[in-house]
Amino acid sequence: MKPRVLVLRTAGTNCDYETVYAFQLAGANTDLIHINSLIAGQTKVMNYHVLAIPGGFSYGDDIAAGILFANQIKYKLADQLVEFVESGRLILGICNGFQVLVKAGLLPRLDRGILQQATLAMNGSAKFECRWVHLEVKKSPCVFTQGLNPQIYLPVAHAEGRFTAPNPILDQIESNRQIVFLYISPNGYAPKYPDNPNGSDRHIAGICDSTGRILGMMPHPERFLTRFNHPRWTRERLPKGGDGLSIFRNAVDYAQSNL
Amino acid sequence: MNVKQIRILHADDTALMRISREGLLSLNLAEMQAIQAYFADVGRDPTDVELETLAQTWSEHCVHKTFRGLIEYSEDGSETVVIDGLLQTTIMRATHTIDKSWCVSTFSDNAGIIEFDDEYNVVFKVETHNHPSAIEPYGGAGTGIGGVIRDSLGTGLGAKPVLNTDVFCLGLPNMDYDALPKGVLHPKRVFKGVVAGVRDYGNRMGIPTANGAVLFDDRYTANPLVFCGNVGLIPKNRCGKEVIPGDRIVALGGRTGRDGIHGATFSSLELDDTSETLGSVVQIGNPIMEKKIVDALLQARDCGLFRSITDCGAGGFSSAIGEMGQHTGAEVHLENVPLKYAGLEPWEVWLSEAQERMVLAVPSENLDALMQICDAESVEASVLGKFTDSRKLRVLFDGEIVADMDMDFLHSGLPRITKKAVWELPQHPEPNASELAGTDFCSKSSQSEITEMLFKILSSPNVASKEWVIRQYDHEVQGGIVVKPLVGSENDGPGDACITTPVLGSRRGLVVANGVHPRYADIDPYHSAASAIDEALRNVIAVGGNLEHTALLDNFSWGNPDKPDRLGGLVRAARACHDIAVAYGTPFISGKDSLYNEYRDTTTGEQLAIPPTLLISAICVMPDVGKAVTMDAKSPGDLVYIVGETYSELGGSHYYAMQGYIGNDVPNVRPKEGKRTMTAISRAIENQLVRACHDCSEGGIGVAAAEMAFAGGMGMQLDLANVPRDASITADSVLLFSESNSRFVLSIAPENRGAFEAAMAGIAVGLIGTVGETSDFVVKGLRRETIIQTATNQLKEHWKRTFRW
Repeated sequence: MKPRVLVLRTAGTNCDYETVYAFQLAGANTDLIHINSLIAGQTKVMNYHVLAIPGGFSYGDDIAAGILFANQIKYKLADQLVEFVESGRLILGICNGFQVLVKAGLLPRLDRGILQQATLAMNGSAKFECRWVHLEVKKSPCVFTQGLNPQIYLPVAHAEGRFTAPNPILDQIESNRQIVFLYISPNGYAPKYPDNPNGSDRHIAGICDSTGRILGMMPHPERFLTRFNHPRWTRERLPKGGDGLSIFRNAVDYAQSNL
Repeated sequence: MNVKQIRILHADDTALMRISREGLLSLNLAEMQAIQAYFADVGRDPTDVELETLAQTWSEHCVHKTFRGLIEYSEDGSETVVIDGLLQTTIMRATHTIDKSWCVSTFSDNAGIIEFDDEYNVVFKVETHNHPSAIEPYGGAGTGIGGVIRDSLGTGLGAKPVLNTDVFCLGLPNMDYDALPKGVLHPKRVFKGVVAGVRDYGNRMGIPTANGAVLFDDRYTANPLVFCGNVGLIPKNRCGKEVIPGDRIVALGGRTGRDGIHGATFSSLELDDTSETLGSVVQIGNPIMEKKIVDALLQARDCGLFRSITDCGAGGFSSAIGEMGQHTGAEVHLENVPLKYAGLEPWEVWLSEAQERMVLAVPSENLDALMQICDAESVEASVLGKFTDSRKLRVLFDGEIVADMDMDFLHSGLPRITKKAVWELPQHPEPNASELAGTDFCSKSSQSEITEMLFKILSSPNVASKEWVIRQYDHEVQGGIVVKPLVGSENDGPGDACITTPVLGSRRGLVVANGVHPRYADIDPYHSAASAIDEALRNVIAVGGNLEHTALLDNFSWGNPDKPDRLGGLVRAARACHDIAVAYGTPFISGKDSLYNEYRDTTTGEQLAIPPTLLISAICVMPDVGKAVTMDAKSPGDLVYIVGETYSELGGSHYYAMQGYIGNDVPNVRPKEGKRTMTAISRAIENQLVRACHDCSEGGIGVAAAEMAFAGGMGMQLDLANVPRDASITADSVLLFSESNSRFVLSIAPENRGAFEAAMAGIAVGLIGTVGETSDFVVKGLRRETIIQTATNQLKEHWKRTFRW
């Protein structure tokens, strides 16, 4: 049986179509569900193996990016989601989804509770920016990134993507090997703007929880599924599949063999 | 509640005009008299609700009086001819003549519809939101994009928005503050405001903004232009609509407030320094509300829950319901309209242009199902009344009738007016060859003069990189953009057109491009319009599109059409649209006009009009996006060609503009040549003979080649002696900077030389150079001297530095 993926949306979610497509391409059965349906109990999250929160501007990112969506999770769905995570299932948050997971306390989740320990703040450039970035895939327990190339290329598109936390928290994330993606400079130097597009602490682009089963990332893997998504496919020889596709395949493969 | 009777039955002409002016009705005397006569028959004065309904429905904005009326036109002193419906006899006639089977709906719904694939059609619409953006740039531009997205949603039974475009025409961003006319915002503030407005609305809606342009001219300072476009995808069996008596009138989306009252009539007035006090005419946008509407509507559409839909735009409910019930009748109970706050008069509720509202015709048996979907998406929906078979528009408030008019009078009672139009070819001063940069080849300074001129054009605001704007728009969302607005080795070269694949998994794509040449209109709006079409089509062809499945949109932004010279130019431009569209076989499917773009400086008494501006947008269905090419030079050793003949056409060029001239030799379109060239290039790209292709337009061969070189991060060696040209051209500067139409600069792999040249048989084509190993950019002139010697990163730096904000 194909693994079942729930793509969770709400008012202002807008990367749902391509995220659903990415999971389908990776071989999952995917349902697109409004959070109202989850809160009303019409949909049971435990019927799924993977929960994905796609990009967008949930509730307009009013107050701060992802915070209203995060509060809905914290105050209305916390028990369900903790059960979901503790049962070994997977959660993926992309862009706004990452902001939601961090603000709901599901990442970095150093103490396995649901307490917010970091944030995604306004970009250093003080504006929304859409551009492609080079990423280093760190060695980590993250199940989504096993076997990925050591360097990948993905687009970012956000205004509030600067990952920041107090130094002791950052140290702990680092020593736990919870850093999954780092912004890097393609020529090997220390990344500066725009290689690090938002000024994130320690160039962090994505992190996982200590189990490696919850991943949050600012770059958009669902926007690089085929070589035609690459900004230079008309001038470079590229493999057929995009760097982002492996992340969805890993999730589906993991669910297939473990859940 | 307060409904006034407006005393017009016994008013004389002066009083009628005072009522129109004071009420911001924008109705002229003939129209006021027609209304007086109608109500004399009825035997009573109209209510404010009725008079306002008529003013909105009959506004230039809603009914396009100029384009549909009679025009007495005289050209260069010749005999006057009467044009009966400028739109019908030019633009729509072209569509009829071209008669493409893939045109599904043209000039009837909120957007034009063409076929896409076996399952889907595509809708496309571009609109202006000029007056609001002049007063409140952020809100004006945001609601501009919001409004045009609702046009897609209101076409057929609703299309899914898949792409945004935006084009801004603004004053010069470095303008001296002291030179600002009274009451006008500084162009830089307008620029930042409109970019932020489109960014915040478009990005939140999750629609990629992947094509556009920004133009600068000091005449846009007081009247900035904001063009917003949207492309939508719609299932083939959801393209028709009808209203059946008994269907419920359902309003869906945002609540109604006092924002945006009189927007439709406001846009039919000239601006002055008191315009900003009319604060309520600018609407307030909320993109997340609109996103929720999209989510709810598309589900309701797929369940077949409603029979017709339109957006609440200019004129609010009065226009939307008046239009939907035109052939049936409608009864509306205004007390059912959900309000943002209490205290609105009935006419305000009826006219408000509060954003994010759609009106649906829903069979009563489907109401419950519709409400369920709206509940699940947290979208408010209310039944306002029903469509009737009375052919009357009846509006009630708490049971009291506040409007009761015949639909026939509302929609056909507008008297047709005759406007006068004249056009004369202007004569601009012509520069002497000796004063122009880089024309004196006896002097040693010529090489540096031409190089400097190239730098100057590259860094001029109209040509310079707009990366600062483009990166603020999400051009990747929805995952389908395969040719991005910025291309090349460092993802920052100026792409000619964007390509998107709206159905993920399919390689069928849409190419979207635009063309606009206001400076040519200073010489002749005919050639300006023709050049805009040629440019939009060149952009389509340059990335691998075709002429066979390409449709056009027109957007006229003009001065006051009641002034014969302004209207004369409009006639010229509309005629060019007909001629060139027919010649290229590319039909118009929709369009819009924004007239009265003039500003009265109350301090100086000066009347400031925009340059006549016609934006042409093109959309092409491309069977396989895998064949697309981009404009960046690809490999050292590739051969560089110019295709299409160069004429001595510096009129309106950047080269002249840099030196303070307009000139008279405006680029013409020679559509027979142009069509042959475009068709041949399209085939050559289809056969994968071309590695890079760039539209040769602003700044001529010089700018096109420079852009290709620095976008590819490679040098280029060029020799102008091989450029196919008119025999009259003897100066390098003319050859390098002339902006003749229907030309492309392209590069091919050396091994394809034979096949490529065979594919270009019978077409003016010249091998002008090679892509270099080093970063040197070197151009040799007609006398074999080096006229440009620089490095590509130098060129790029000049191009990028202007808007490094």
